[in-house]
Amino acid sequence: MKLSLKSLLFYGLVLAIVVVSVFPFYYAIITSFRSGTELFNPSALPGVIDFGNYLSIFKEQPFGTNIFNSIFVATVVVIISLVLAVTAAYALARIPFRGRGLLLMTILSVSMFPQVAILSGMFELIKAMGIYNSLPGLIVPNMVLTLPFTVWVLTTFMKELPKELEEAAIVDGASSLVIVRRVFLPLMWPALVTTGLLAFISAWNEFLFALTFTLSNEVRTVPVAIALMSGASKYELPWGNIMAASVVVTVPIVVLVLIFQRKIVAGLTAGAVKG
Amino acid sequence: MTPTDAAVHKTAPPTRAARTERSDLTSSRLRAAFLFLLPMMTVLGVVAGWPLVRTIWLGFTDANLVDLSVTEFIGIENYYAVYDGEAFGLLVDPEWWNAVWNTLWFSVISVSLETALGMAVALVLNLQFKGRGLVRAAVLVPWAIPTIVSAKMWSWMLHDQLGIINELLMGVGLIAEPIAWTANPDTAMWAVIMVDVWKTTPFMALLILAGLQMLPGDIYEAAKVDGVHPVKVFFKVTLPLIRPALVVAVVFRALDALRIFDLIYVLTSNSTTTMSMSVYARQQLVDFQEVGYGSAAATLLFLVIALITTLTLMAGKVNLSEDSK
Repeated sequence: MKLSLKSLLFYGLVLAIVVVSVFPFYYAIITSFRSGTELFNPSALPGVIDFGNYLSIFKEQPFGTNIFNSIFVATVVVIISLVLAVTAAYALARIPFRGRGLLLMTILSVSMFPQVAILSGMFELIKAMGIYNSLPGLIVPNMVLTLPFTVWVLTTFMKELPKELEEAAIVDGASSLVIVRRVFLPLMWPALVTTGLLAFISAWNEFLFALTFTLSNEVRTVPVAIALMSGASKYELPWGNIMAASVVVTVPIVVLVLIFQRKIVAGLTAGAVKG
Repeated sequence: MTPTDAAVHKTAPPTRAARTERSDLTSSRLRAAFLFLLPMMTVLGVVAGWPLVRTIWLGFTDANLVDLSVTEFIGIENYYAVYDGEAFGLLVDPEWWNAVWNTLWFSVISVSLETALGMAVALVLNLQFKGRGLVRAAVLVPWAIPTIVSAKMWSWMLHDQLGIINELLMGVGLIAEPIAWTANPDTAMWAVIMVDVWKTTPFMALLILAGLQMLPGDIYEAAKVDGVHPVKVFFKVTLPLIRPALVVAVVFRALDALRIFDLIYVLTSNSTTTMSMSVYARQQLVDFQEVGYGSAAATLLFLVIALITTLTLMAGKVNLSEDSK
């Protein structure tokens, strides 16, 4: 009797955790199917299914363009970061040199410093490069978020690979570039996918730079577009549209995260716990 | 030729030639390290180092967003200046100090709650039960949702007239009339903290869970055999063992909380009751176009975070040397 009460309490706790985690997103989905006066109904149960909001965000707003912008910026940023980070991580993880620890610490602190601290300097830089209010103008500042992170995580991954791997190749006279390409890259694929995915998510979610360095709706990324969505009047926010847009951009990320969940947890622990 | 063949060929007794070859090898590897690091360091210098230096410099000027080319050096006047016996500048600006206290209050409360709740969730997920995989997936959902989206989702649920939270609370009879959660000064900061806790507890829980899963099982077996109470086991065995991982997770979260911008900006916009240091600095920079003053605020925020990071790193080093004894 005591045991069953205990397990009842335990499953109650588990249920509470699941409900609290999932309910807000569930409610956003429910809301996204309501429009007009339906929005005055705060019921948590699904009712009429109306795709009006979804049609409206693509017809009345350049939300399709916003999605393209986000995908484009995040993809370019991830590719550049990974290319730069793989060779750098090899040097940091496998070649002992003086000042290596200090360099790693510097890279880690760049990933921890407040983005606001470079806002005015970055604004100046982007203006000088003539890329204000354009997609390249978003790629440059996003590198601050993704590059230190990818270098740090890939270095952690590379340190764990056995030393014998490259020793044979060194004795064989292979150059460092060949070692990276032939020996490490084939082993790094899983790590690259995980790190790339995490970097993609952080670029996808980036808000401060995207908000500050864009002016027109056509160059905005998804988070800024959602944050600035406004309705017919200043005081009435189009909640149905906002929820529809939120669902559109969140579902792919949630699906990706759930597919890669084990790898992501490994990547996060490499990025943080071993720091 | 396989690498092993090569290894066999080269295991001749070490001659002088072999030794010079080795030092050649070391220097060529060092050269490679330098070349490999150069592109990354250059990019990092351009996108992080240079803008940081410029921001600090702009903090000592009267720069204005209207025209950045006509800026003049004004020394520390953005920080502190006296005109006609009256003090001006960031250091005597009550709004800045308000933002500092808001940020510290937010960081301390939210990180503590996230750690406590994250620990609870991690302990649950560390047990064997039916449907654990499903629960773990569910816990990841808030982490996967973009911050802006979760801010919008919660402002909708917290809406004063149409929100489901007021509806529920009124339905149970906990409140008599709707509360404007994000607009009311008494509740606005709690609303921000709640959304942040909801969004970030999964991250904490997963990091702690990773630490828990590395613990050796036999300690727990022994404790069970000896009949030690589980609560005592938690405080005497589990907590000390996962402490290093926990400290790192807390430091990372705290540094992240100190620079909070997007959640507050979307949930309560520029309201002074919740304004963080980042929100304050950006408001000066962009909305008021005071690039000089805003840069000074950004520099101070940078200094605060740099100071905390250095102190933690030093504390971490001290701990490490203690452990190795």
